[in-house]
Amino acid sequence: MQIVREQDVVPFRNRVKEFATKIGMSLVNQTKLITAASELVRNMLKYANGGKILLEIISKNAQTGVRLTFIDEGPGITDIKQAMQDGFSTGKSLGLGLPGAKRLVNEFDLKSKPGEGTTVTVTHWKNGR
Amino acid sequence: MDRIPILKMGQFLLVTIQVDLYDRLALNLENDLINMVSKTGARGVLIDISAVSIVDSFMGRILGNIASMSRIMDAETVVVGMQPAVAITLVELGLTLQGVYTALDVEKGMELLHDKIGTIEHPEDEEEEAPHDDID
Repeated sequence: MQIVREQDVVPFRNRVKEFATKIGMSLVNQTKLITAASELVRNMLKYANGGKILLEIISKNAQTGVRLTFIDEGPGITDIKQAMQDGFSTGKSLGLGLPGAKRLVNEFDLKSKPGEGTTVTVTHWKNGR
Repeated sequence: MDRIPILKMGQFLLVTIQVDLYDRLALNLENDLINMVSKTGARGVLIDISAVSIVDSFMGRILGNIASMSRIMDAETVVVGMQPAVAITLVELGLTLQGVYTALDVEKGMELLHDKIGTIEHPEDEEEEAPHDDID
């Protein structure tokens, strides 16, 4: 899914909800996943002027989950450790986006090269574990 | 441009958020509400989020902003109707909505607002609470 402007966020959230509903994820886990997705898509728009998001339903060890991959070609993150700290923000926000999103999902992976872009992959399992 | 309607009821302003908010819409609401508080001299703002399925850090910040701004304008803000899943998610996200009053539903929210600005007299409560034994 391409994200280029703010209005794309609501349809994207709805798609995530569709995927989560399809595998029978509970409401609380759906809400966590969608909220995390919402934080990450905002970062993507704000710092990289948008990008691509891949939505997948995955299975591992008899577990089903939703995996979202956020790919942008923005400025990248110079200090990932710092970016993952609560309250750190280079913009004018609360600085909860990245660390908060990480807390909300089961698996979180961030790869970034300054000048080339950032890829964030999050996975949330059906039972939230 | 899309806007969320604000209703005036007595000395309070009522907002029911019925759509999924994108950032621009939330910012407009913040702006409109503060202008309305100033224009109408409202003493309280009640925001019903019972139809909102997602509150992320941005939306949380907007709610906090509305509360702080209206307080400076002499109005209290109560957020009502938060879904349990939203509350769980907010706390895990790290957002505790400090400084924002909350109530379970619109009715309790209204009571809280009346309490805050002191428009309801509680003769019974006062009688019950009046004979305070000092416990040291």
